[in-house]
Amino acid sequence: MSFINPTFRHPELPVNELGYTKKDYEGTISTLCAGCGHDSISGSIIRAVHELSIPPHQIAKLSGIGCSSKTPAYFLGNSHGFNAVHGRMPSVATGAAMANRDLIYLGVSGDGDTASIGMGQFTHAIRRNLNMVYIVMNNGCYGLTKGQDSATADEGSASKKGDPNPFSSIDLCATALNLGATFVSRSFSGDKEQLIPLIKAAISHRGFALVDVVSPCVTFNNNAASTKSYEFVREHAEATGTVDFVPMREEIKAHYEPGTSTEVTMHDGSVLHLRKLEEGFDPFDRASAMSAIARHREAGKVMTGLVYLDRTAPDLHEVLDTVHRPLNTLSESDLCPGNHVLENINASLR
Amino acid sequence: MKSIESVNEFVIKFANVNGTGSASANNMFAKALFRMGLPVCPKNIFPSNIQGMPTWYEVRVSEKGYLGRRGGVDIILSVNPQSMPNDIQEVEPGGYFIYDNTKPLDLRLIRNDVNIIGIPLTGICNQTYSDPRQRQLFKNVIYVGALAALLDIDFAALTGLVGDQFKGKEKLIKPNIHALELGHQYAKENFDCPISIRVERRDLVGDSILMDGNTATALGCIYGGATFAAWYPITPSTSVAEAYETYCRRLRIDPGTGRKNYAIVQAEDELAAIGMVIGASWNGARSFTATSGPGLSLMQEFLGLAYFAEVPTVLIDVQRAGPSTGMPTRTQQSDILSAAYCSHGDTKQVLLFPSTPKECFDMAAEAFDLAERLQTPVIMLSDLDLGMNDNMSAPLSWDDERRFDRGKVLTREELNEMERYGRYEDVDMDAVCYRTIPGTHPDKGAFVTRGTSRDEFAAYTEVGEAYERNMLRLMAKWETAKQYVPAPEFTPAARPTSHGVIFFGTSEASSLEALDYLAEEGVHLDAMRVRAFPFNDDVEAFIDQHEFTFVIEQNRDSQLRTLLMAEFEFGPDKLKSVLCFDGTPISARNIRKQILQQLPGSNVTPLRRETAGAGKGESA
Ligand SMILES: Cc1ncc(C[n+]2csc(CCOP(=O)(O)OP(=O)(O)O)c2C)c(N)n1
Ligand code: SF4
Ligand SMILES: [Mg+2]
Repeated sequence: MSFINPTFRHPELPVNELGYTKKDYEGTISTLCAGCGHDSISGSIIRAVHELSIPPHQIAKLSGIGCSSKTPAYFLGNSHGFNAVHGRMPSVATGAAMANRDLIYLGVSGDGDTASIGMGQFTHAIRRNLNMVYIVMNNGCYGLTKGQDSATADEGSASKKGDPNPFSSIDLCATALNLGATFVSRSFSGDKEQLIPLIKAAISHRGFALVDVVSPCVTFNNNAASTKSYEFVREHAEATGTVDFVPMREEIKAHYEPGTSTEVTMHDGSVLHLRKLEEGFDPFDRASAMSAIARHREAGKVMTGLVYLDRTAPDLHEVLDTVHRPLNTLSESDLCPGNHVLENINASLR
Repeated sequence: MKSIESVNEFVIKFANVNGTGSASANNMFAKALFRMGLPVCPKNIFPSNIQGMPTWYEVRVSEKGYLGRRGGVDIILSVNPQSMPNDIQEVEPGGYFIYDNTKPLDLRLIRNDVNIIGIPLTGICNQTYSDPRQRQLFKNVIYVGALAALLDIDFAALTGLVGDQFKGKEKLIKPNIHALELGHQYAKENFDCPISIRVERRDLVGDSILMDGNTATALGCIYGGATFAAWYPITPSTSVAEAYETYCRRLRIDPGTGRKNYAIVQAEDELAAIGMVIGASWNGARSFTATSGPGLSLMQEFLGLAYFAEVPTVLIDVQRAGPSTGMPTRTQQSDILSAAYCSHGDTKQVLLFPSTPKECFDMAAEAFDLAERLQTPVIMLSDLDLGMNDNMSAPLSWDDERRFDRGKVLTREELNEMERYGRYEDVDMDAVCYRTIPGTHPDKGAFVTRGTSRDEFAAYTEVGEAYERNMLRLMAKWETAKQYVPAPEFTPAARPTSHGVIFFGTSEASSLEALDYLAEEGVHLDAMRVRAFPFNDDVEAFIDQHEFTFVIEQNRDSQLRTLLMAEFEFGPDKLKSVLCFDGTPISARNIRKQILQQLPGSNVTPLRRETAGAGKGESA
């Protein structure tokens, strides 16, 4: 069952620059299990978009199939959504983005949806540097079909069903790096302080932005032997740095000691302040990012934070050299060459 | 031996090795005849291979205007020793076998009832050219020159074509004309020219063009306003996407910025291709993909989503011989059923059946209007024969006043006026609801498009009644579709008759020709060409009004017949099959034979039919 949220508006709720409250960015009430990590991520998405003052209709949200893929109904109720078929959200997002380059495309997927049935489409969206945010709600299992291991389940990790997973896992961040992804990050559904600025940064990035979020499934994979449980992730998460996000319109209020942070200007004019917590790790160097992931993995840690950023690579529209006007606004006069052209073509075929 | 005597009415077949550049020479041959005012019907018969395998090119010349495959071959021009034993067997008695006699013909192959003409093509080339590539390429041009003498082809038509073909590469014109002359001269000096089969200039092609269906389809997509194409390479549909790109580069560059008013993505597979098209269409851009049978199979899940979520989607299926990889370079009309009911659950898809390049153009453009008007997938079912062969066709034309029919799409202003928007509310009682495009309005008109059941306001529901209401509305929309899809074409028989014939797509030309033959023999059939699915009521009435109706189609399982029976609940006695599924286009002779087997003798006076009935099956 799903309910429409009551539209009661508290007079003191804070509004953003557009005059919208956080409520205006919510969706229908979630039907996921109480405590599911996915709901926290929805909450972070709502806060990020509200705080960025993005008009709701400037976002299109897309998903595949799974508990995770249901969440677009639970956030951004004033944005168009597309709940596609299992594993195929990237293709729908590709077409949508080709049709209108001006909207923000926010994709939500699960680890089953992405790393198994959708692996092909995921990888190809990355290598095309499609301008979209791609959030994986990663619980190491297939929640909606009752808890089977997914391809991101760590080797040896066991879900509630009990058998340790015998196969090596797919690390989505490492995969994305390998494929040339231009924005790679990992976070934890329980760490809003880290997740919200990462989502904001991902939105401000022009190109494919992966946010791989460990998001425990309380019903099937939150037991002691699982490496995707709340407890395990809290204990083993290790942030390589912090990200502060300052939108373009906002003044930079915080004071940063020189030498302690790197200032990065994004395509839309917003600014990221990256504070490094780990020596020798450079998020602007692909090889360094790769080795950091491997290092954490070997140490049994979950590396979180901004893993890699490349602001120079052209996105798909730039590669294809499409007009700046959205293709879906072109009319007959732009598109129809007219009968006289056909007459020339006919003449060449006689 | 009595040689076949014919002016402007024959079939010639070229037997080549693929990858040797024969295609352009053979094209030149067909086009020269076309420029002499003669109706021609060239067909490529090629292997699924890039180099070294036998390939054939068949040209039918018919001043009567018959453009289907006739069946049988009057002249074979063979430069492929590998296929010679079979090729010579194919020649009709009294016909001609023309071959490269640089190496002598195997004596066992010689037939006494066929004229054998040897031309030392390789020998002439070896004498004239030193470069091995030139030797190979010009061999083809030389035999065209020889044929010009043997068949009395206007030599100026050929040289004119060489000029057109190498416009901008003038250096190539002279050597090509020289090669034509070499062949021409050899034939003139060594044989009685022309032979008993020959051509004469006529004025029978009017303003027709010679064009392949896939190029016409691509142009239809351009004129129909498609700004996005996603595709995955597969024969015989590849050239749709390639032609779209070629023409977009010429016709779709923004004059101000030099940027592209289109985008093309070569997808990772057909699942992605159709997904991209659905995403773009959902977001308000006209878009399409082109594929063939295996791709259609992969697209099933997504096509069900587009049907159920009501997203306009245009798909071009250029059919080939299935099942599975089947015969990938041979033609069939065998995706009818899998397209009509494409996807699991209760689905029905709108189909269009073009039969000429002009119709490929018209229907491709119309597919976008239909898809948006009806908010559903539209699948155009072309085939390899139409898509990849040059077909004589009426010229393409476009009404410059024409506007795209975008169907029911709400604007920002309209949304402002609305109390509450329901994506799946049947406001106009025609079962087609109002769409909104993402980005239209800041806080009105948004909804989640989904493949799960939902109510009129697009909210997820598992209530059985709501699901049922929606499914019944989709059925009602199917009724609405009947008013919009192209109507069938009816051709009455010359005499009143109680028998009919139904055909579609590329079976048209051969069917009409067969009907002429049958009429001469006293067998009269009313004819209907269906052009779309859903069938409209005229199709039902047609079948109803006849004692029985033949259904001509190019597949094993009588797929259109099955579809007609399923949609109209006719019994099997009402519909009889005429089939061809060997991968070659159905021929008039074949159709005539199969109809006479099932309807021997005249069907005009019952008396004659009874007497003729004694020889059942033998009249063929
Ligand atoms: C083609 C297809 N196969 C199988 C399914 C069944 N199915 C639904 S959700 C799901 C797995 C979802 O796992 P994940 O993406 O990790 O999402 P989660 O529920 O864990 O958030 C499967 C296999 C389906 N919907 N479609
Ligand atoms: S089954 Fe797991 S993933 Fe699905 S809603 Fe429940 S907790 Fe979340
Ligand atoms: Mg999962």
